[in-house]
Amino acid sequence: MSTLVKKIKHYLNASYELRSWFGTVDHKRIAILYLISVTLFFFVGGFFAVMIRLELLTPAGDLVSSETYNKLFTMHGIIMIFFFLIPAVPAVLGNFLIPIMIGARDMAFPRLNLASWYCYIGGALFATAAMVTGGVDTGWTFYTPYSSTYSNGAVVLTALGAFVAGFSSILTGLNFIVTIHKMRAPGMTWFRLPLFIWSNYAASIIMVLATPVLGAAIFLVFLERAFHIGIFDPNLGGDPVLFQHLFWFYSHPAVYIMILPSMGVMSELVAAFSRKRVFGYDFVAGSSLAIAVLGFLVWGHHMFVSSQSMYAGFVFSFLSFLVAIPSAIKVFNWTATLYKGSISLQTPMLYALGFIGLFTIGGLTGLFLASLGLDVHVHDTYFIVAHFHYIMVGGVVMGYLGGLHYWWPKMTGRLYPEFWARISALNIFIGFNLTFFPQFLLGYMGMPRRYHAYPEEFQVLNVMSTAGASVLAVGYLIPMIYMLWSLKYGKKAPANPWNAKGLEWTIPSPPPVHNFDEIPVVTEEAYAYAEAPHRG
Amino acid sequence: MNLPTVPFSPVQASTLAGQVDLLYLYLIAVSVFFTCVIFATVLFFTLKYKRRSETERPEAIHGNLLLEITWSAIPLAIAMTMFTWGSILYFKGWRAPQNAEEIFVVGKQWMWKIQHPEGRREINELHVPVDHPIRLKMTSEDVIHSFFVPAFRVKMDVVPGRYTSLWFQPTKTGRYHLFCAEYCGTKHSGMIGWVTVMPEEEYQQWLETGTAIAPVTVSGKELFQKNRCNTCHHAESGALGPDLAGVFGNPVQLADGRTVTADENYIRESIVKPNAKIVAGYTPMMPTFQGQLGEEEILQIISYLKSLKAETGTPETAAPPASPAA
Ligand code: HEM
Ligand SMILES: [Cu+2]
Repeated sequence: MSTLVKKIKHYLNASYELRSWFGTVDHKRIAILYLISVTLFFFVGGFFAVMIRLELLTPAGDLVSSETYNKLFTMHGIIMIFFFLIPAVPAVLGNFLIPIMIGARDMAFPRLNLASWYCYIGGALFATAAMVTGGVDTGWTFYTPYSSTYSNGAVVLTALGAFVAGFSSILTGLNFIVTIHKMRAPGMTWFRLPLFIWSNYAASIIMVLATPVLGAAIFLVFLERAFHIGIFDPNLGGDPVLFQHLFWFYSHPAVYIMILPSMGVMSELVAAFSRKRVFGYDFVAGSSLAIAVLGFLVWGHHMFVSSQSMYAGFVFSFLSFLVAIPSAIKVFNWTATLYKGSISLQTPMLYALGFIGLFTIGGLTGLFLASLGLDVHVHDTYFIVAHFHYIMVGGVVMGYLGGLHYWWPKMTGRLYPEFWARISALNIFIGFNLTFFPQFLLGYMGMPRRYHAYPEEFQVLNVMSTAGASVLAVGYLIPMIYMLWSLKYGKKAPANPWNAKGLEWTIPSPPPVHNFDEIPVVTEEAYAYAEAPHRG
Repeated sequence: MNLPTVPFSPVQASTLAGQVDLLYLYLIAVSVFFTCVIFATVLFFTLKYKRRSETERPEAIHGNLLLEITWSAIPLAIAMTMFTWGSILYFKGWRAPQNAEEIFVVGKQWMWKIQHPEGRREINELHVPVDHPIRLKMTSEDVIHSFFVPAFRVKMDVVPGRYTSLWFQPTKTGRYHLFCAEYCGTKHSGMIGWVTVMPEEEYQQWLETGTAIAPVTVSGKELFQKNRCNTCHHAESGALGPDLAGVFGNPVQLADGRTVTADENYIRESIVKPNAKIVAGYTPMMPTFQGQLGEEEILQIISYLKSLKAETGTPETAAPPASPAA
């Protein structure tokens, strides 16, 4: 590809008017729209996190009032979960890559794809409106009857935000499923698909099946709040625990909506930077589906002390241990992929290795929580906070950042500065552990979560955690700066800077509007690194 | 069971605490082992198979069925040991011994209201005798709270509209944190208190000091009469409501053909929502007492009903019947 002189048309410079962005049906441009929006929300959510950690520096609740503190952690959770983690990997990387990876020119339903971004933005606007009109203090879990009767925050507006954003998930999931079924290039059989496709496929199934239940639950809260129809509030004849069942029926699978696509990124990274086929491809692919199915059957593990029956506790505990196995299988297979590989520790691989480390700790501590007698003690303490941050920040965000670095040259046509990128990957790994490891200890010592003030004996570990958070914050700011910098000053990216396999690396960087001038015919499996190299 | 105290853990002050810590240590051991194995393998491979040249193309390895089976089966087997052990502890924590002393807990934004069977009340403080099983019967006046005593390794949500229970047997005198663990609104982190475990004699003395209040069964009886429950619920023929002596803990035949056991939740429901379940042979005419009786008063009435023996209608001194699942 040495067409340096001629100005090549690609999806970014095809047209410049605002309409060509806000009305685009090009999956790549929609991915960019999502990239900008989720990044924005990541930093808003991050700002709230910094405020939370600063408040917890001292035992007394002295920096902000209790009301404010409660709103801070609520908005932090809602923004990070609904407006960052859930869309991040599928809507940004998935949107950009799925059609290209399967050899298609676009999604099955390009207009629907744009509609899903508008749903996201609609939801985000409601949530933002809720924030500025007083905020909401229910926690991201919206437990009733607090949310339906007692809280006087902007619950309805926020819930509406999550409700509308849910449609974005549903539409994206639907689009992915149909695209993966119908749009594969000739020769792209199911077992030649990159594992990123498999895991997004599994996540899409969850998005389509679980999200409507969240919508229904939120709608019922709205009915009770607005019209006093007794559904959850016992004073109106309702059942408060029913809400938890509905909520976790969605929100447990939702954690897999977040992690599965990120696991897909992991498979791509490990393969590319070891120049090897992913070890046990079928098992890695199958485990994604196993997680998607089993993930629907474990919601009650959030309710071991909720007054749910003891026997339900046994069943949910048992199934939670089962769902841990496919996750373990993935970790072992990624590790085995390294064996006899040709390993390069470029930035995306640093993130991938970081993922393996942090996800291992997150997953193993999940076993602590699935063990009934132990969960009784650590439930609703900082142990939970540490566990899910190891999974969601240590797993999902590491995967997302790794993927963003890996495909950055493809998406923007520019290379990011490798030196700074490595520094910040290391910075994030260290800052992360400093922030969240002490929280496991705090949790076992008994510090409850969502506490504005706490007894003095918990201070030392809280100070460590806050110190770690400031390291972590710097770690997230550096990539923001150098990635923006690279857009203008970064080296021009060749079509295949990593010498990686996969259809996305066979087309120019950035890709032309229609991805492929000619629809490719696929003749080899994914990750066929052992064959003759394709030079970009 | 007394173990070397685990670093970064609260004191072990109940019979359950040491057992939970032991399971915790087991899980830590397994986790440290697997973390080390994975970290070491990753590190070893990345160093050993570091890329030496840009053109390097390692041979493809497809996988290995035996390995896949091994690394699924071993973790599964280990996970099952955790499942079994955790379940046993959960079961132990669920079933209170027959002779447990029952104390009422009512959660309310943002305080813990506690009443001892002998009548003494306290707020954000719970005094209990050492080495005695204690069973808390809990409910909430507003939102969901959660009763959490780290030193005992116990926790149970306190839910409006129903009773949940939690038991423990303190093994060490001292003062221990009591936390609300379920987010319950603005002053959630202020909904804390202390559990004071005292020697038996001191506890008995403590019960008698403070403003003298009648035992809960007596105040329950007063409420029963004051609210005119006894105009309908009595043993003479022609009573408009069923006689309540001896009802507690026994099956009740309902008008719609079902049979339910008259436990605390059933009696509470009959008081606040009398028409939800109609006893066979009676007409739905009882008025609701929702809003007229507080949660604490309802608990007192239930205690009184529990103390009534069939036929005679006199208080019974024996232990309450087997605790229903919370
Ligand atoms: C090895 C597999 C895992 C097991 C056995 C497991 C187990 C559990 C259990 C039992 C709880 C509930 C604890 C409690 O509330 O007392 C929990 C909480 C949680 N887990 Fe996991 N987990 C696993 C993996 C994951 C993954 C992959 C994610 C996310 C991608 C995740 C995210 C969460 C979140 C967000 C919560 C807390 C939600 C909240 O209360 O706000 N977990 N986990
Ligand atoms: Cu509370």
